[in-house]
Amino acid sequence: MPGLSGRMSTIVKAKISKLLDRAEDPSETLEYSYQKQIELLQNVKKGIADVVTSKKRLQLQEEQRRQQVVKLDTQARQALAAGNEELARTALERKNVAQTELQSLDSQIAELEQQQEQMTASEQKLRTKIEQFRSKKEVIKAQYSAAEAQVRISEAATGVGEEMADVGLAMQRALDKTENMRARADAVQELEAAGTFEDLTALGPGEDDIDRQLRQLSSSTEVDAELEKMKAEIGTGSAPAGELGAGEGSGASQAAPANADEAQPSDGQA
Amino acid sequence: MIVRISTEGQYELQGSDEEKLRELDDKAVVACEVEHEQQFHEAFARLLDFVRTSGRRVPDDALASSDVILPPPDTSLEEAKAEFSGEGLIPG
Repeated sequence: MPGLSGRMSTIVKAKISKLLDRAEDPSETLEYSYQKQIELLQNVKKGIADVVTSKKRLQLQEEQRRQQVVKLDTQARQALAAGNEELARTALERKNVAQTELQSLDSQIAELEQQQEQMTASEQKLRTKIEQFRSKKEVIKAQYSAAEAQVRISEAATGVGEEMADVGLAMQRALDKTENMRARADAVQELEAAGTFEDLTALGPGEDDIDRQLRQLSSSTEVDAELEKMKAEIGTGSAPAGELGAGEGSGASQAAPANADEAQPSDGQA
Repeated sequence: MIVRISTEGQYELQGSDEEKLRELDDKAVVACEVEHEQQFHEAFARLLDFVRTSGRRVPDDALASSDVILPPPDTSLEEAKAEFSGEGLIPG
């Protein structure tokens, strides 16, 4: 059959015959094929472990990002309460970036979850086929004349060979996807190391490269809207406990918690 | 007739389904040739759907080889094109 299916079939069949051509006598073909199946099964297991590792790594990043979102939001509120709108804006811009990152991590984790499930299903299926092949192999070796065995071996080996090619393909695709995500996660980690998501209290005066990058990355309208909302919340006085009406403002991000009579005014945060 | 959807599994179809299968396959190929992304995805999805709905799943413990092998469901237009490059569209 021509078309998509035709090309695909030709490629897979070529692969299988290459596999079967390696061995000369029938029982050697059986053993060789069986050995290859076991190897493949090991590889699939390794592949699954790889996907799981990548997933855990992304989950860790996700958790960090989640904490940063909360922290930056708090810092924005504190800055605003202290009357430092510029700092509040910067905090919200960073929060915006972290949030976008969080969403992207979410969908990547879901994707990896799906890859893991698919590979586990593949492994299960391959295991069943190998078991089937193993018992067939013994029967063929024991019961058939050379000529008949040849035919049966070729049938069984082709069937299992096709499954192997397919599992190999599935694994390749899953690992490619995982690899892409890992590369992306590494890039983000580097950005993080460069301070993109860093705590604002660590931010020195003046504007650095990252600030400029940030400004490009985050949509300023979104930040503006959020800033307005925050101002309104703080302004109406219905703000959650722990907000200051207006601080003496010099300590920027270190606005003290609500009740000043609760000692230690200088190092605001717990 | 046994049809495999790569990375998914094998389905047993009636011999009489072959014509329809070929027709759907041709449509996917045409979309691929004109490099129309959406058209390709739609045509390819229809082809896969046809196999899944008119076929019966081959049990996992069967060791049958397929008469027809289809690319994986998540095949991109780029990948489909790559399938065709080299020896031309119709082998043999």
